[in-house]
Amino acid sequence: MSFEQFVFYLFSAAMLGSALMVITLRNPVHAALSLVLTFVSGAALWLLLEAEFLAITLVLVYVGAVMVLFLFVVMMLDVNLARLREGFVKLLPVGVLAALLVVGMMIYVVGPANFGLDQVAEPAGHPADYSNTRELGLVLYTVYVYPFEIAAVILLVAIIAAILLALRKRPSSKQQNPDLQIAVRKEDRLRIVQVAAEGSQAARPEEKG
Amino acid sequence: MLDALLTLIIVLLKIVALLVPLMVAVAYLTFAERKIIGFIQGRMGPLHVGPRGWLQPIADAVKLIFKEIIIPSGANRFLFLLAPMLAMGPSIAAWAVMPLGENLYITDINAGLLYVLAVTSLSVYGIIIAGWASNSKYAFLGALRSAAQVVSYEIAMGFALVGVLLAAGSMNLREIVLAQQGSLLHWFWLPLLPLFVVYFISGLAETNRAPFDLAEGESEIVAGFHVEYSGMSFGVFFLAEYANMILISMLTSLMFLGGWLSPFQGIPLLESLFGWIPGLVWLLLKTSFFLLLFLWVRATFPRYRYDQLMRLGWKILIPITIVWLLVVGAAVVGGLGPWFDRV
Repeated sequence: MSFEQFVFYLFSAAMLGSALMVITLRNPVHAALSLVLTFVSGAALWLLLEAEFLAITLVLVYVGAVMVLFLFVVMMLDVNLARLREGFVKLLPVGVLAALLVVGMMIYVVGPANFGLDQVAEPAGHPADYSNTRELGLVLYTVYVYPFEIAAVILLVAIIAAILLALRKRPSSKQQNPDLQIAVRKEDRLRIVQVAAEGSQAARPEEKG
Repeated sequence: MLDALLTLIIVLLKIVALLVPLMVAVAYLTFAERKIIGFIQGRMGPLHVGPRGWLQPIADAVKLIFKEIIIPSGANRFLFLLAPMLAMGPSIAAWAVMPLGENLYITDINAGLLYVLAVTSLSVYGIIIAGWASNSKYAFLGALRSAAQVVSYEIAMGFALVGVLLAAGSMNLREIVLAQQGSLLHWFWLPLLPLFVVYFISGLAETNRAPFDLAEGESEIVAGFHVEYSGMSFGVFFLAEYANMILISMLTSLMFLGGWLSPFQGIPLLESLFGWIPGLVWLLLKTSFFLLLFLWVRATFPRYRYDQLMRLGWKILIPITIVWLLVVGAAVVGGLGPWFDRV
């Protein structure tokens, strides 16, 4: 077994194991952390394929941002596990059926019939000065520029829609106006008063400002 | 086999040669912080351990190591102990791609900039896991604040880095420095001035330093995410924070201030006069300048309120970076000299 194979099997095992843990662990925070481990293992596998841009972006976007927000939500929610497990036995046949369907479909689609070495040429290694990022950018902004832009617009629409759904003006809610807060000057808030020192005759209380 | 072993040993030695000075630098950064903030506030800072207080960080480290690590009841034991390691790991791992000189680095990878961004984005896990696993309200509040803050400022930081890679035409940190060759005015601080400022501010926020240290917020949530930590488990968080500060300072000097390039480059007489100084010295000087800035900012500005922090990140820093990205893009396409006309 070569070193690369060893690394591949190591991270594949880590990925499968942590993916299994995502759905079996009872504590939702632990499950979310297992999902993080799954992503990191996946990134390591992509690195083996010399897809360093995709691998690092996976870590950056999914692990660094998406999962942080996931954890954020999971930690704040008080998930009632007993209610979630209700009806497990009753729904088990449906679940097994759905799982079998999905597994069958995945074997059909990504099985060796479509992705075997007789279908796709063995990927060749690239020299050290080959930049994955550059190649990806060149393709993305020339051949696939329209799909890319359309996907971007769809995502933008989704963001705006999500914000609009959450945005509701209640008459009772109070808001701060940061512009006014920043525009405040010393003269608006502070009044300097001259106070006579006790016992002194020279100083008279003078009204100022 | 023997060859592979030899390579492994050499790499390990390189890592040790980088980490040991880094840890010493972290120790003395805490000393510098106390001294400098002391001077700014008209105090003397630590004076009593060793000559003029110079052994203070050693004494602090010894104290932290020998203190008991207390695990609160109801805490998640595994995650509680894992959190400091998760905070420390990324802040060390990011050093793997840092070039300290033209031929002085551990690895030299093409996607170095992305790697640094990805790895530093992982350090938030240490904080949120610490906050959650502590089973304490204060710690949890600190963790939530930190999570939202880091995710928000990462966007501004990422956009600033996109500007750098546009200007340099490469994501390799070494090539980014080499693209700034010429003179003081060729460095990227000038064409990327807004991104430079945004990057440093986001760096302050990413490392949870004042004035963005809401995750700690002593006055309202005691010490935030590490309130339940004691002894060395707290010490590791501390080390990670200061290692991150040094990392951000060095990255800023690599990307915007020409890294190891001499500031006298291109000036006829001075260039040869200061030519004997190794690049590492310049890099360390620039890094120290940003570290001083970190401390100076802490001594000068009061802590931001949470909504002000979010407003600054989303409504000010991110729009600035987007606008300046367009400017940089146009300048690169137009080949604006003296920075972008080399192609």
